[in-house]
Amino acid sequence: MRTGQRRGASFYILGAFFALFVLFLYGPTVTIAVLSFQGPEGGLTFPMNGVSTHWFANLFEKQAVGDFGGSFRRSLALGFIVMSLTVLISVTAGFAFRRGFIGSTALFYLTVSSLVIPSILVSLGIGLLFTILELEPAWYSSALGAHLTWTLPFGLLIVFAIFNRFDKSFEEAARDLGATPWQTVRHVVLPILLPSIIGVALFGFTLSYDEFARSLMTAGSDNTLPLEIYGMTTNVTTPVLYALGTLTTVFSFLVIGLGLGGVFLLRRLRGQG
Amino acid sequence: MSATALPPTGTTARAARGGVRRRRLRIAPYLQAAPLVLTLLVFLVVPIVTIAVVSFWDYDAVRVIPDFVLTNYEELLGSAVTWKTYLNTLRYAALAWAITLPVGFAVAYFLAFHVRTVTWQMVLFLVCTVPFWTSNIIRMISWIPFLGRNGLLNRALIDLGVVDHPLEFLLFSDFSVVLAFVHLYTLFMVVPIFNAMMRIDRALIEAARDAGANGQQILWNVILPLTKPGIAIGSIFVVTLVMGDFITVRLMSGGQSASVGLMIANEISLLHYPAAAANAVVLLVLVMMMVVAMLRIVDIRKEL
Repeated sequence: MRTGQRRGASFYILGAFFALFVLFLYGPTVTIAVLSFQGPEGGLTFPMNGVSTHWFANLFEKQAVGDFGGSFRRSLALGFIVMSLTVLISVTAGFAFRRGFIGSTALFYLTVSSLVIPSILVSLGIGLLFTILELEPAWYSSALGAHLTWTLPFGLLIVFAIFNRFDKSFEEAARDLGATPWQTVRHVVLPILLPSIIGVALFGFTLSYDEFARSLMTAGSDNTLPLEIYGMTTNVTTPVLYALGTLTTVFSFLVIGLGLGGVFLLRRLRGQG
Repeated sequence: MSATALPPTGTTARAARGGVRRRRLRIAPYLQAAPLVLTLLVFLVVPIVTIAVVSFWDYDAVRVIPDFVLTNYEELLGSAVTWKTYLNTLRYAALAWAITLPVGFAVAYFLAFHVRTVTWQMVLFLVCTVPFWTSNIIRMISWIPFLGRNGLLNRALIDLGVVDHPLEFLLFSDFSVVLAFVHLYTLFMVVPIFNAMMRIDRALIEAARDAGANGQQILWNVILPLTKPGIAIGSIFVVTLVMGDFITVRLMSGGQSASVGLMIANEISLLHYPAAAANAVVLLVLVMMMVVAMLRIVDIRKEL
């Protein structure tokens, strides 16, 4: 609160609580990051038995951990497809909701229910549907659809949030100056939306890249990375598991950094313009 | 709250324009909504209907037989294991909710009312949300070196002389399952509560203070009621995520505990699809009833 410059005791208590919460959030991740540099003789827990990059090297030997490279490439490709479709579908749907149409409330609740329906049901339903239709489930068809049911609601909610705070007078001004509807969208609306579109893209990619439950019955015979990692938890008892965890987490952090960096950069450029 | 509600404004201005243009504008929203509608129909509505249909089918050891029988439901609801599993899942949901709510509230409160600059608010808020964009499975695995028999916590406790032999209940127990739920899902509580708190008009708080309210009264009579919608949304997230979970329970309980999601996953792996489908329908009805109950507190469309 801005009233009064002195910090009360509650500030320090809550601040300490917040710090503990952050430690709780990140502590375990840091722990396995450290343990993934375990020496070749080291085990799954402390103490560290020397320091090495043995387990990272181990990761790239094919016999050690199934098909890590293939599943990573599939997850990456799937993440990008889900990201693009999530942006495209949720932004266009956002325009539709903005203008209003018959059935918009029903569609809104359908989209939200997609968030609260347990993932395993989506997985089971799509899996059964493909079985009955005698279609082969694959990461680029059934798993793609399953992931979209998770990313689209987030995408649409973000687009809603931005449209609700969107000043209509910008568009009116463009129209008054003689812009066609397309020109208005292209030169006025989309640039204003761009930071949130990056946000939607970030959700689309990361949620798909890490999705497990919705891939379970829909990925078909070729595993995605989370399925591969899950498989490892049951039969790998060496720190190679941590090495893989550390690598994918670093990759996620890179993607998040790229996304958030893009948003901040845009904001800064806008601020100067 | 924003002035532009979702149902469109400015229709009068649009209506004033010519007939051709008006007709085009009317078709456009349907075309724009079509991809969303199609995706949700094909990958959500039809699959759920499929589950409902298959839940009445018959099956034997090798195949699934289209039919209309109630045996799947009879076997499901007639089994004591089912009831125990549902109760256990509800217990997990209640525990996760009872812990994530106060923790999430405290974290959001600190961010919204104690952090003074917007930049720091954004930075700390992002610190809380970044884990959401990383892998849940890896975040669960990360607890193993921490909680295990020879894990960091046990060694610390032994070194400090608190206990003389390792505590067994830390890993592969209900404790570790609930801990993982709290670890994974608290941010679903933090984000909506923070969002609700940020919308509270600061003048209201000053008015309350001027009227003689103390800190506790402001928290209880001003901030808490205005934060209720955020609490409801966070609760819906946490409860539905826990109710449908199977992977956390499987990994963190080491196969010691059961949940409905895990039960369904096991039926799937045995290819008992109609049994899994019947179980899925029951779970869906239960989850939807819980959501509807929580929605009575909040109109989500107003909260965006």
